[in-house]
Formats: sequence, C-alpha cells, structure tokens
Amino acid sequence: MRIPLAAKTRYRLSPAQELDPEKWVPLFPKRSCSKPKPKLRDRLEAMAATLPPPRLLPSGDSAITVEFSRNIDDAANRRVLALDRALAAEPIAGVTETVPTYRSLLVHYDPVQIGFDTLGEGILALAQLPAPATTKARHWRIPVVYGGEHGIDLEDVAKTLNTTPEEIVARHVAGDYRVAMIGFTPGWSYLSGLADSLHMPRRQNPRLLTPAGTISIGGVQTGVQCLAGPSGWHLLGRTAVRTYQLHRDPIFLLEPGDNVTFTPVDAKTFAEQDRAAEAGEFIAEQIAT
Amino acid sequence: MSKLVIASIGPASSVQDGGRTGAQRYGLVPSGAMDRLALAAANTLVGNEPFTAAVEVGPFGAKFTARGGAVRVALTGAPRNADIAGRAMASDTSATIADGEALTLGFARGGAFSYLAIEGGISGEPMFGSLAVNARAGLGSPYPRPLQAGDELPAKAASGAAERRIELPAATDAPIHIVWGPQDDEFTDETKKLFVDSEWKISATSDRMGYRLEGPTLKHLHGHNIVSDGTVNGSLQVPGNGQPIVLMPDRGTSGGYPKIATVISADLGRLAQIPAGHAFRFRAVSMAEAQAEARKFAELLRTLPERLRAIESVDLNIDALHDANVAGHAVSAVDAGTWHAVSLADVAGPD
Repeated sequence: MRIPLAAKTRYRLSPAQELDPEKWVPLFPKRSCSKPKPKLRDRLEAMAATLPPPRLLPSGDSAITVEFSRNIDDAANRRVLALDRALAAEPIAGVTETVPTYRSLLVHYDPVQIGFDTLGEGILALAQLPAPATTKARHWRIPVVYGGEHGIDLEDVAKTLNTTPEEIVARHVAGDYRVAMIGFTPGWSYLSGLADSLHMPRRQNPRLLTPAGTISIGGVQTGVQCLAGPSGWHLLGRTAVRTYQLHRDPIFLLEPGDNVTFTPVDAKTFAEQDRAAEAGEFIAEQIAT
Repeated sequence: MSKLVIASIGPASSVQDGGRTGAQRYGLVPSGAMDRLALAAANTLVGNEPFTAAVEVGPFGAKFTARGGAVRVALTGAPRNADIAGRAMASDTSATIADGEALTLGFARGGAFSYLAIEGGISGEPMFGSLAVNARAGLGSPYPRPLQAGDELPAKAASGAAERRIELPAATDAPIHIVWGPQDDEFTDETKKLFVDSEWKISATSDRMGYRLEGPTLKHLHGHNIVSDGTVNGSLQVPGNGQPIVLMPDRGTSGGYPKIATVISADLGRLAQIPAGHAFRFRAVSMAEAQAEARKFAELLRTLPERLRAIESVDLNIDALHDANVAGHAVSAVDAGTWHAVSLADVAGPD
C-alpha cells in the first residue's frame, strides 16, 4: 500500500485556516485515515517517488551540475552517489564522466552527441528512481599516527574544544565515516560522519604546504589528504596509506561511497607502514561487512 | 634515433596533448593543451592525430636542436619570430630541422602559448592514456614536470614529406562568450550586468591552473563560501576579493567559490591566448548558442586536414613576411597586445 501524496499535501487549507492547526481538516475522508498505518518499506517507497527533483545547473556547454542540496547534507550525498551508480548502470550516450561531490553530481558530456535538454530529462528520470535498498559499500580501516610532529594541531584542537588530546583522538577514532567525495587534488578524500564534538571552523590562515598522508578536520568534515599541498584544515595526524599511487593496481584506493574507520598506531609503526606503502602495499585494511 | 634537445626554454613550457579524462572523480584533473585548436593544427601539419602530445611553449623564447637525424616539426599558436639556422619559419607551417640545426623561437608577440608538434609524436609512457604534464600529480612523460634546458624529446626520423601551411580562421578579438551558471544566483542582476559590461584584463599571476582577472569587484549575495562542487575548464569562480578566476586545464577538480558563469568550450583556447594586461570583454549567450558553437568547433577540428595548403614559396608567404616584420606593418615585439589588432587584411592592405 502507498500513501498517495506527501504528508504536507493531505490537508487542504483555506487562507483563514492556514495559521490555525485546530482548523485543519483532513483532505481525505475518515475511511482513508482509519486504515492501518502503512509499513515502513511502503512509506519509504512512497517518499522516494516524491523526492524533490535536483536542480540542473549549466556548467558551460559540456557539463551539468546536478544539485541536490546547497549544504553539506548526508541525505543529499546519498542521492548524489545513487545517481552516480544509476548513470553507471544505465549509461546515457554522450556522457563522458561523472564527478560526485557532497551535494551535487557533475556530469560531463559531449554536446556533439547530446544536448542540454535531452540529457537533463534523462538525468531527472534517473534521479527520481528510488535508491537501491542495499548498496554494497566497501569498508576500509586506515591506520593513523596522531599528534606530535605528525599532527601538529592536535594540542590546539584539544584546547579550543576544552578537552584533552587523548579525547580528541578517541572521538576521531570512534567515528564511522563515508567517502562523500574525492576532489581538489588526486586522492584527497572528503569524509562525512564527523562527530559534532569535533566540528570547528577552518584555520584563519591556510597553510601553503601540509604533508602527504595528512588526516585533518575542518568544519563538519574530516579528510584523508594524499599529496602534499595547501590546506586550511586542522592537522590531527598522518597515515601511510596512499589513496593515490602511480604504478600500483588500483592507482586510486578509495571510491566515493566507501566506508572508512581510523585506528591509531604509534610513530614506529607509521614509519614501517610508510616504507611498505612506498613499495606499493595498500596498508589500509578492507574489513568484511 | 632522432631527438630534439632543448637548448633553452622559458617557464610555463611543457608536453601537452588532449589530456586525460575519466579520473576527475578521484581528484585527477585532465590537464592537456591550453589552446586545443592550435595543438590540433600543429599535429595536422605533420600528419599526426590532432591531440597527439606536442610541446606547449610559454610566452618566452626557446631553442631546440635536432640530434641523431633530421626532425620534422610544425609551429602554431601565439605568433613569434622563429628561424631554423637563420631560415625564417612562419607560424602555422611545418618545417624540417636537419641534424645539428637549431630551431630558435622568440618571445610571443601576442598570444601566450605556441605548439611545436613533432612528426610521429613524442615518445613517452602514457598515464591514463596521456603524456600531458600535471606536475602536482607527478604525471607526464617523458618528464613529469615543465621542460627545462637539457631535456631530450625522442622523435622519429623526418619523413621528408613536403612542407605545408594550414589556413586557420582569422584571429579575432570578439568578446569571450559565456553561459551563466552554475551559481549565477549567488549574484544580483546588477553584478551580472557589471560582469558583462566591463573590460577585464588577465593578471600576470595567471598560470595553467587559472587565469586571474582584473576589473571591477563582483559582490556576492551570500558570501564567498559555498560547499565545494565540481569544476570544468572555463569555470569563472569568484573568490572573496571579488576578482574572478577562470579555471584552466590544470584546475582543481572541485572548488568552494561561487561560479558566476562558464566560458564556452569553443572560446577557451582563444581566452588562453589573451596576453596578460590586454583588455577584453565577455558576452553571455544562450545554452543553444553555446552548444551550436561547440558543434561548429568540433567540425572545425574534424576538417583541419582540408585546410592544409602547399607552401608555394616562403618569400611570398604572407605569414612569413608578417613574422619577418617586412610587410610594412610594424609589430612590436615588446607590446604583446598588438597582435589582436592585426588582421590579415591589415597586413595585406585594402584590395
């Protein structure tokens, strides 16, 4: 059984009634309302059928930004990844590659093969499909050496959040994260799922150079940075894991949608792992789910 | 085996081709030539596939010496003086450098990037199907970095084929066309009007990642931070200081500044060739117009071989005269801006 319309449309309001909930009258007769409550699965299906369509924003003549939200939003990110999988499963001719981000899917295409309007219609149709109930996501455990020379901001983060470095590490290790997007530079993996108690604004002055393998937090996000480069985030530690490494199969370790947890290691272990990673080992462990 | 040895070369010069697509979802940007038409034209002149790897030469001079045999090359893109052992080489032509001879390129007299294609392409080890240099990612072959003196580019022995010139559409300083979005709703209509009504200049601090623009300050409606989303070549992002940056082929794959507009794909190479300090304007077009331009551009690339011409005589070649500065039209070698004011009609004079 399905609820025919979304909840907010079940009441018809006259302008006078609008502000007074006491005066709201059910749109459907009692008979309809007294039916047994629909099962969760049916309700989810109905919700999926009425998901608001994403916005189709032109990014020039050869790409569309399919925007599900303007904010960092877990539900939106799941829809981004679902649309990405749907486009991979049912390719639209002319689409050349897709780039998932927190809140939107960037779809690159060849305007010689397909125009904006036709592609937009195809994308909207795929975006309205309910996400598959079970999507197999890989789960990686990534070792991190926290603090000291490897995580130069750990003490300051603890001070700012009125707690101890040990507690910061405990909170960071306790999290279940998901790769929301990979971007900026090769392998830079942005993770969602950071505990509220670790949210803090980015640095006023971004650093021009931060080390390869940096594990950091910024705003409501945490991340695994692969290459040395600029960053305005707070550096908690480093991992030997290379999310991007040439001459290794696969070159890119993480995929958007993968699950990630962190496990603390000491500096000596990090040094050993770093040598092994240089030789091409993954270091990150894939956990059976 | 023949090779081109780089005797000297300025900064911002690297091996580039059509770029590597398909890994932007992992944060790996495609890179590739700044001016795809010029790359394709150079390759067409020496019988290569259009997006074969070639040397993208920055605004400064360069000198290449052939060793181990003759090397056949073609030169397109930014006009500049060029000679092989004292013999002038015109832009948009092919030529053969005999063993031991040197090809000397002067400063760009307009434009920014020239393309030196080598017959048979450059030998290297492709990564994701491309030799294009992306120094940050450690990619590119034969050198994963900009070129420098002493570098050697392995090449095939010159075929001895007749040299050619290629007739390209005349240079124009028409406005650079854009389509609005993806985040033009982060700006008021007045700001959007200011953007298309104003003159802009490319800052000298520009590079293959992005061209910084100098002009009026564009104010944001809701601040300059958005949640990062994907970028494309030609994204016009507006950071906190209100001075837009056009993202170029070495851009980051995602960015957290609102993007007011996007340069249409057919005009990106033309934008890439605008010299620093030279004033230009933008003009907004509809998506239908932008995609029609993209199809026309694809057709132009496809039909480049039909534009090849025999070189009748170097002395009568108008480009050669132009390059040698003897056509009665003085072109300053210092003021890079003069090139755009020069059309073929100016050089040839009225009929």
